Amino acid sequence: MKIDHSLPLEYSTEQNRLKILGFWIFLGAEIMLFATLFASYFVLVNGTGNGPSGAEIFEITPVLAETILLLTSSFTIGLAIHAMRLGNKKAMLVFFGITLVLGLAFLGVEIYEFVHYVHVGAGLQTSAFTAILLTTLGTHGAHVTFGLFWGLFILLQVKKNGLTPETTNKSFIFSLYWHFLDVVWIFIFSFVYLKGMM
Amino acid sequence: MEFFERFAVPHPSPAIYASMVAIGLTVIAIFAGLTYFKKWGFLWREWLTTVDHKRIGIMYLISAILMLFRGGADAIMMRAQLAAPENKLLDAQHYNEIFSTHGVVMILFMAMPFIIGLMNFVIPLQIGARDVAFPRLNALSFWLFFAGAMLFNISFVVGGSPDAGWTSYFPLAGNDFSQSVGTNYYMIAIQIAGLGTLMTGINFLATILKMRAPGMTLMKMPMFTWSAFIANIIIVFAFPVLTVALAMGTLDRLFGANFFTSNNGGMDMLWANLFWVWGHPEVYILILPAFGIYSEVISTFARRNLYGYKSMVGSMVIISVLSFVVWVHHFFTMGQGAFVNSIFSITTMAIAVPTGVKIFNWLFTLHKGKIVITTPMLYSLLFIPLFTIGGVTGVMLGMSAADYQYHNTMFLVAHFHMVIIPGVVFAMLAGLTYYWPKMFGFMLNERIGKWSAWTIGISTLVAFMPMFFSGLDGQARRMYTYSEASGFAIWNMISFIGAAGLAVGFALIVYNIYYSFRYASRDIGSDPWDARTLEWSTHTPVPEYNFAKIPQIDSVEPFWDQKKHGKKLFEGELEKIHMPNNSGIPFIMGILFFLWGFSFIFAMWIPVIIFTLAIFGCMAYQSFEKDHGRYIPLEEVEETENKLGGNR
Ligand code: HEM
Ligand SMILES: [Cu+2]
Repeated sequence: MKIDHSLPLEYSTEQNRLKILGFWIFLGAEIMLFATLFASYFVLVNGTGNGPSGAEIFEITPVLAETILLLTSSFTIGLAIHAMRLGNKKAMLVFFGITLVLGLAFLGVEIYEFVHYVHVGAGLQTSAFTAILLTTLGTHGAHVTFGLFWGLFILLQVKKNGLTPETTNKSFIFSLYWHFLDVVWIFIFSFVYLKGMM
Repeated sequence: MEFFERFAVPHPSPAIYASMVAIGLTVIAIFAGLTYFKKWGFLWREWLTTVDHKRIGIMYLISAILMLFRGGADAIMMRAQLAAPENKLLDAQHYNEIFSTHGVVMILFMAMPFIIGLMNFVIPLQIGARDVAFPRLNALSFWLFFAGAMLFNISFVVGGSPDAGWTSYFPLAGNDFSQSVGTNYYMIAIQIAGLGTLMTGINFLATILKMRAPGMTLMKMPMFTWSAFIANIIIVFAFPVLTVALAMGTLDRLFGANFFTSNNGGMDMLWANLFWVWGHPEVYILILPAFGIYSEVISTFARRNLYGYKSMVGSMVIISVLSFVVWVHHFFTMGQGAFVNSIFSITTMAIAVPTGVKIFNWLFTLHKGKIVITTPMLYSLLFIPLFTIGGVTGVMLGMSAADYQYHNTMFLVAHFHMVIIPGVVFAMLAGLTYYWPKMFGFMLNERIGKWSAWTIGISTLVAFMPMFFSGLDGQARRMYTYSEASGFAIWNMISFIGAAGLAVGFALIVYNIYYSFRYASRDIGSDPWDARTLEWSTHTPVPEYNFAKIPQIDSVEPFWDQKKHGKKLFEGELEKIHMPNNSGIPFIMGILFFLWGFSFIFAMWIPVIIFTLAIFGCMAYQSFEKDHGRYIPLEEVEETENKLGGNR
């Protein structure tokens, strides 16, 4: 393995650079995935049938909580990567851990939100609108859930092996993923919730 | 007993029972054979766990050829049923199932793996790389494709086949009208294979962007690499749309959601739109690499460089963009109104322009070339006129007002077969014949090869030209029978003869493989066609590491320059070579996905949960696994190089 010391650790080997590029391409595919979900959402948003519309079921408090939690976690993962670049393993682990805790809290609120929807009669089967709403939110939520496990594994590896070209590469890629989920959430917040409540 | 009832075939026939027995016997024979000849270890070490792009490519090609025969059997049954009016060979339900599986198998499980197989084998060699960017991911792609294909293929003996067409339009594909698990198979099997394809797309984009030999700038890439590059961009942007559409279809069918139903706000046209937003780019994913193959073959056997390299690249870029903005032409008749239809008519017809540019480039390459007619070249020469027929009729279909007449008739069926068979299938056969010596170390017999090319070329015309006429006369597609009085009988009889001819042609290819395997010379050198690009500059058989020294490139045809102008391709000393390790995980994940999909199709939730966890378990295992690959020591490299005829 040739290590190029003029570059940050996560970019320092050929394989690392390939992985980062590959992940960016994957994010391109993810953009298409969510774009398709959003397009379908806009098509079906009025397909409420006998069920409720967005304005009738959205609650501002949990949504705001989710937004703040996820945005903050995006900030802390940025701090974690910053610490990683400075070679400060401990700070990195702390910020990384905080990120995951915030992610978990986000997920908790989202689960609460889902339970609420089902309670007020907006289940998956209710109408096309509720189906696309839950699918869009659910896809994002599933990504967060996946990210929590993935992040936890990386955390353990950094803890055990320290900051190596491999672990920094994984952490960096994870941070890309996490920021991406944040961006998607901003779209969800604006075009699903805000637009729906207005 | 009740548990097993769900696996029964809802609409059985003696032929289906016979197939069950045949499948069972084949499986037993394979297992017994492997055990008897003690080949399990070999199979596991050399193939099931391989991450070598060449072997993965070959496995894709073998699967594709198997699927060609599965889809071909469907085709023969359909043509036999339609050969005479009021024929009783198949009933309506069986006919529905057969045309549905035929379409899916041919497009997703035959044509896709065929091009991906060729890409796998050729691209790293063509760009002077030792493997793809993510070899293990590549193996996973293959096993996901394979799991999806197998899952789809067992549908007709376990639980029933999909019967709503390869387009699976809702509400027909919804629970009300498709009650068997058939359409579940469609949703899940394609989903699994589609994930594999998406990973292939990512993998090859990274490979082509980052792993080219030094000096090979983008505009010095061989044309096949270019075409694969563009096709993979389309894959990355189109396949997620299919992923979402299939997920929504699954939710509708298995969880009672209302995306595409006719009540509770559902919208069936959303499926049609999503399907074709993926579906039209998909046909270009198939045809662009095919164009790439033709470019390689035509330039090799016209013995000159490809005419209009830049315009070839430019036209593919334009095609890739346009391919995303034409999808509505598949349902002009479904009520978008004149304005929308007109826009999509114009974009559709516009695609013919860059396509035409490519045709003329090939013609200009041939012009002033010194043409050598070999089997691959013969396919390429047959392609040009036949594909043009398909393309021109495509433009006819693209005029929305006229399409009200042609839509959903045999005219449409004739169009897409005349583009896909001469376009994609001929290219695959040309590519297979062309790269065969590089893959297996002997050539396919030219005489039999040319016979099969002519048989297939002529039979294509005989099989599909009549459909243009019966279609214009009003014969609808996907109808299992017609009356004597309609007058369609003669056209369909001719078609049937053509289909039989195609079967003969493909059988000839199989015979050729057998014949050449037994009798062909093994002493063919590494460049039997006198070709021009890098893949021919390494040894045959290609060593595991492809190139002992990484080549230095300074033109589009580096190998030709080496041969004719004495340019040095390989400089420097031999070194130890870093290679990835084999891994069993992709194969195991393939099996898990198969079982997961199967349980999902039959809504058996406990196994679904177990297999989901197992799949994630594999991923977790990979995350913690430490695998830095291995080095092939210098002595071993030297030894291999000497054995293969001297170090290059
Ligand atoms: C010159 C370029 C082309 C044009 C203008 C064109 C136009 C069209 C149009 C307008 C339709 C829909 C007709 C209808 O449903 O009434 C169609 C169907 C189709 N085309 Fe093309 N096409 C072109 C090239 C191709 C190529 C290169 C392929 C494949 C490699 C292809 C594959 C198909 C398929 C599979 C369908 C039918 C799908 C179905 O309904 O089952 N076409 N084409
Ligand atoms: Cu199309």
